[in-house]
Amino acid sequence: MSGAETGAVRGGGAADRAPDGAAHGARDLGVLAPDGAGDGAPPLLSAEQVKVVFPGRRGDREARAVDGVDLDVRPGEIVALVGESGCGKTTLARSLLGLVTPTSGRVTFDGKPLEYASRALKAYRRRAQLVLQDPSGSLNPRHTVYEAVAEGLRIHGYAGDEQEAVAGALSRAGLRPPERFFLRHPHELSGGQRQRVVIAGALVLEPELIVADEPVASLDASVRGEILALLLRLRDELGLSALIVTHDLGLAWNIADRVAVMYLGRIVETGEVEQVLTAPRHPYTRALLSVLPESETEPVILTGEPPDPSRVPSGCRFHARCPVLASGEAERAGVADACRTRELPVLPGSGPAAVACHWAEAVERAAG
Amino acid sequence: MTPHDTHEEPAAAKAAPGGGTPLLEVRNLEVTYARTPGSPAVPAVRGVDLRLEAGQKLGIAGESGCGKSTLALALLRLLPSTAKLSGEILLDGEDIRTMSWGRLRAVRWAGASVVFQGAMHSLNAVHRIGDQIAEPILLHGRATPAAARKRAGELLEQVGLPAARVQAYPHELSGGQRQRVMIAMALACDPRLVIADEPTTALDVMIQAQILRLIEGLVADQDLGLIMISHDLAVLSDTCDRLAVMYAGRVVEEGPAKAVHAHAAHPYGRALSSAFPRIGDLASRRAPRGLPGDPPDPAAVPDGCAFHPRCPVALDVCATQDQVLRVAGPGRRAACVRVGDDEGGAGAGDGAAVAREGAGGAASEGVSETTGSGS
Repeated sequence: MSGAETGAVRGGGAADRAPDGAAHGARDLGVLAPDGAGDGAPPLLSAEQVKVVFPGRRGDREARAVDGVDLDVRPGEIVALVGESGCGKTTLARSLLGLVTPTSGRVTFDGKPLEYASRALKAYRRRAQLVLQDPSGSLNPRHTVYEAVAEGLRIHGYAGDEQEAVAGALSRAGLRPPERFFLRHPHELSGGQRQRVVIAGALVLEPELIVADEPVASLDASVRGEILALLLRLRDELGLSALIVTHDLGLAWNIADRVAVMYLGRIVETGEVEQVLTAPRHPYTRALLSVLPESETEPVILTGEPPDPSRVPSGCRFHARCPVLASGEAERAGVADACRTRELPVLPGSGPAAVACHWAEAVERAAG
Repeated sequence: MTPHDTHEEPAAAKAAPGGGTPLLEVRNLEVTYARTPGSPAVPAVRGVDLRLEAGQKLGIAGESGCGKSTLALALLRLLPSTAKLSGEILLDGEDIRTMSWGRLRAVRWAGASVVFQGAMHSLNAVHRIGDQIAEPILLHGRATPAAARKRAGELLEQVGLPAARVQAYPHELSGGQRQRVMIAMALACDPRLVIADEPTTALDVMIQAQILRLIEGLVADQDLGLIMISHDLAVLSDTCDRLAVMYAGRVVEEGPAKAVHAHAAHPYGRALSSAFPRIGDLASRRAPRGLPGDPPDPAAVPDGCAFHPRCPVALDVCATQDQVLRVAGPGRRAACVRVGDDEGGAGAGDGAAVAREGAGGAASEGVSETTGSGS
């Protein structure tokens, strides 16, 4: 039902602006079955050895917020970037959108490195859009829904029928009939409707990729499922790629194809969702899963907060909190020294499941 | 018929083994707000009964706007003056609704205290946290300033922070640490009842686990009563003994927490419990489940069952007939036409053709003879 509707709107948009239609045509060919999710396809968005270092203030040590990350998002793929507050996931997401310039390493989109001149970035943001968390904070209370969604079109000098594009984006975001919402203000909407307006604002420029930072963290349980279903449908119908930054592993299970678990500036485990979340190998991933309500394993509650990116421990960066090292299991596997002193390699950005853990590697080697 | 016709029996269903006065007993509580002076009052809580024993943990679940936070604030009369309360709120047998202001001030903090959501907004940014924790102790005249400061340090240690953090300002703490401070404040005057409103909603999973473990430990050690409010049924069922699910200002389902979460009898309870997936459950993989629509405007609650416009298994009768809580298994009640023996029998007959998930809803049928002897 919405497919036909969406198709009509998109068709209209493309006819109005041929040059962009061409760019989107390439993406349409890349629409993939949900399960295939771009196996073998070149990545649409790629982080290569990205580091983001913030200088310390007043003689403080510098903070290595992102400390060497490879991460790919392929066309039509939904990737969940999971980790605790302060692990660097939001900084990584911002660097992928060109909002933060990496200190070293690079970000490529559609095979080409990002350019950081403002004109080039503006063109890039047409193709890769950010969806912010907390819709109440990211919508201007004095703007109507129409103005909020049309803002992107105006910034980019959209030449087509603005009203039609806004209506199309609103209906794709599940606000139907769209005309009914044009003149409403944010305070007249429910939390779920506000989040849909924010998503419509991102969709109106027909991006190829969205980066969503905690898209459902501030929403009710009942609305959460609705918004996640919307993101899934946008991928299935438009081939929209998504990187979703979250601390919510259930979200990854609900909609993502791949998951990357981040800890203190590095990705420590990555792979297909089924594999990583049902058979986690890294002690950190295991701990995160064990504390979920209804988890069948004994909860492993890590003490303290995630450590400080200005004091990244030597060796494995998780070793100071690692329950496997603390319990002596790592010692028995003969890797305790390595855990404390030997740094782990950066995991590949896509491909088969991978883990950055001396202990997991040793155990798996021993098992053959 | 009104929903309150059946109010006499249900409390007995949850009576503690020894009987006697429960820690908290709420009887037919109603809260209405006047939106503007002179306009008709809008009901936010529409007749709620609750009962809680010391050492017991009760979870209250529901969406924003279902009245759960209004209910929590009403328990200590913390609502604005435009709110009107009726019914009884008995804390250790004493009615909070009718007590004098002086007595109420004594009961707040010392009898019952609240852990609010959003610790950043609830703490004063320009005062050291030690002073904020000591403030209620001093106001209650329980200690000298020096002793209150010492007690603040002890409370911080009790919630897992170094006592030296009394010197810290709120911005110097992380979200999880601030939530611990909120809990320390709530414990400052040794209350018997703690009301926690979404205590972990904005926190990471690991910090959430730490805070829930802390709350559970404190309740067990000090024999407190706990009311925990959340929209996350999975978290509530993990922490609490009993669950009450609220919709449009009423409790629409209640019972033992694990049973309600695993096999909710009310379609609304089922929608909430499937909102957060269990990882490994293939039915929820790439299949997020939500509930279309929004909770009703309190000023225009639908006729009949308030949930019927959003209900996936509604019958014709739901549009006209208000549903009251009825027995839905041992120690369980639900306000749904498909539950219980009287109308439920007819409902199940109609429903078999209409409802695809009738089986789940009817799981509790046939045990209604065990009238409320559970718990």
